Amino acid sequence: MPKPGIVGGVVAAVLIGGAIAAFAVTWRPAIDAIEPPAPQSFDPALVKRGRDLAATGNCSDCHTVPGGKAFAGGLAVPTPFGAIYSSNITPDADTGIGRWSEVAFQRAMRSGVDRAGHHLYPTFPYDHFTNVSDEDDHALYAFLMTRTAVRAAARANDLSFPFNQRFVVAGWKLLFLKGGTYKADGTQSAEWNRGAYLVEGLAHCGACHTPRNVLGAEKASASFSGGDVDNWRAYAINAQSRSPLPWTTDALFHYLRYGWDADHGLARGPMAEVAANLSLVPESDVRAIALYMTSVFGPPTQTRVSEASATRSEIKSSEQPAPADTPGAAIYHAACATCHDSGRPLPYSGINLRLSTALSAPDPRNAANIILSGIRPMSGERSPIMPGFANSMTDDQTAALLTYLRGRFSSQPAWSNAEQIIRDARRAETVSLQNPSAAAPAGPMQRDKP
Amino acid sequence: MTTLKVNGHDHEIDADSDTPLLYVLREELRLNAAKFGCGLGQCGACTVMVDGKAVLSCVTPLLLLKGKEVTTLEGLGTIEKPAPIQRAFMEEQAAQCGYCIAGMMMRAQALLQRNPKPTDAQIRGELQTNLCRCGTHMRILRAVHRAARLMDTAELTTSGEGSAQ
Repeated sequence: MPKPGIVGGVVAAVLIGGAIAAFAVTWRPAIDAIEPPAPQSFDPALVKRGRDLAATGNCSDCHTVPGGKAFAGGLAVPTPFGAIYSSNITPDADTGIGRWSEVAFQRAMRSGVDRAGHHLYPTFPYDHFTNVSDEDDHALYAFLMTRTAVRAAARANDLSFPFNQRFVVAGWKLLFLKGGTYKADGTQSAEWNRGAYLVEGLAHCGACHTPRNVLGAEKASASFSGGDVDNWRAYAINAQSRSPLPWTTDALFHYLRYGWDADHGLARGPMAEVAANLSLVPESDVRAIALYMTSVFGPPTQTRVSEASATRSEIKSSEQPAPADTPGAAIYHAACATCHDSGRPLPYSGINLRLSTALSAPDPRNAANIILSGIRPMSGERSPIMPGFANSMTDDQTAALLTYLRGRFSSQPAWSNAEQIIRDARRAETVSLQNPSAAAPAGPMQRDKP
Repeated sequence: MTTLKVNGHDHEIDADSDTPLLYVLREELRLNAAKFGCGLGQCGACTVMVDGKAVLSCVTPLLLLKGKEVTTLEGLGTIEKPAPIQRAFMEEQAAQCGYCIAGMMMRAQALLQRNPKPTDAQIRGELQTNLCRCGTHMRILRAVHRAARLMDTAELTTSGEGSAQ
C-alpha cells in the first residue's frame, strides 16, 4: 500500500501539471493598447480594398443592428446555447476596436482572441477567417479603423453555464480550429483558387450552409450539405442540392451578383443581404466564387439532367391548370397563380413554382416564411416584391396551401411537420412587424446596373 | 352564395369563391374607398382590414374570408362624422391626388390599433408597402402621429393641437 505522502504528491503533480496544461491552452496575453490611429494615416486605396473585402465577408450583417449605426454591434445571434451579441468593431477607443493594433486585429481573425486576451465565441467565424491572407487582413484593418467611431458598449451574452465561461472556447478551438491560411491547389486555375480562398475564408459560406455538430462546430464530413440559420433553411449547395434545375456558373454568378436568377428565384431571408453585399465587390470575385461553387456542386447526374429537361418542357407546354379540387389548390389558383403561373419570367413576375427549391426542401420553413411574410426589397435595392399573406390566411389555410404546393411542384414526399413550422414562421413575421427596420440595412446600397 | 361580413353587416355575395375581395367591395357592395392600383399586391391602394389587420384586398380571394370580418374606410367614419384617422389626414392635408390615401389610412389604422404610439420608424416601416406617387409622405407621417394623439384623447373636436414635431 503506497504511503499517503506519495499519493498526495502524485495527486498534486497531476493537478499542477493539469493546471499548467489548462493554463497553456486557455491563457492568451493581452496585446498593448495603442492610441487610435488617425483615419488619414491609412492609404485610401487600401481602405477601398478593405471595403470590398468587408462586403465579401458580410461583416455588416452581424455587426450592425438593423437600422442602427454601421458596425456598432449589438445584434443578437441565436445559437442552441443561448444568444451571443455581436461586438462593436468601429474604431471607438473605449467600446470598439480603436485601441487594437493590427497585430491584435489579426490575432482575432486568425485565432478568435480579443486584444485583452479573451477567447471569442465562434459565432465570429474565425474557423473560416483563419484562411484570410496577411494582406487582406491588412486592408480590412484599414477599412474598419476608418469607419465612424460609435460609442456602444457590448451587450452581455445570454448563455447558460458552462457556455458562459470563455475558457470553454479554448477547448472548442483545440477540437475544431485548424488554423493555417488557405493553401492554393496547384491543379486548379487561378480563378478557381481565388473562389475557394473567398468561399472557405472571408465569405464563410459554410457558416450557414454546413450543418453543425452538438458543440456548434461545422461537420467537416458534411460540408455544404445545408444548415439552419435563424428561422430559415440554408440549402445544400453541393451534390445534395435539390434545386429543380442544376446550378451553373452563370446562374450562380447572376444570383449572387444581382440577388436573383431566372432559373432559381430570389435571394431572400438572410441570403438577401449576402447578395446585396456581393453587388458591391469586384465582379471578378463573384465570378470566382461562382466558378468554385460550381465545382462544389459537381456535375449534375444523368437523372438530374433529365429531370431538369422534363421540368423545362413542362413549363413551356403551358398546360391547363389542374382543377381546384382541394382547399390548397383553390387557394393557389385564387391567390398565387396570378403571379406564379403567369408565363412571365423573373423579375417581372413570381417564379414558376416548378423551379422552386423551397418546395423541394426537407421542411417547409422557407416556403412558410415567404407565404406569410412576403418579400420586401432590401432598402435602396430594386427587387421584385411579394405581398405577405399572414393577415389573410389562417394557419390551416397556409398548411393546406403548403400541402398542395409540395404535392404539385415537387417529387419529394409530403411534409409532415407543417403546423409547428407555420407557427414559427408566424412568430418570425410578428417580430419583423414590431421591428420594421429589420428589413433595412444601415448603409445605403446601390446595386450594379444589370 | 357566400356570406361576407363587411363593416358590421352580413352580405350574401353571389360571386365565385376565387373573386378578389376588392372586386366584391367595389362592384357588388359599391364600397369604393379601396382602390384598384396594380392588382398584384404591389402598391397598397386596395388595403382594407380583415379582423383588424391590414390586408391587400386585390390579392385576397373570397375563399380566404370565411368567418372573418372586413372593415373598409367607409366603416370607420363618415363625412359628417370622420374617424380620428380621417380627421387627421384632412387636418394635415395629407392627400394630393388621393388615390393611395384610403389604403394608407387603413394600414395606419391597423397599426394604431396594434400600437397606439408608433415611432416614426415604425410608421415608415409599416407603410412601406403602400406607394404614393404624389410625394405627400411627410404629411402622411404627420397625419398618422396626429391620429395617434386624437385617438389617445378620444375627443373629436376640431381644435387640433398644432402640427407634429
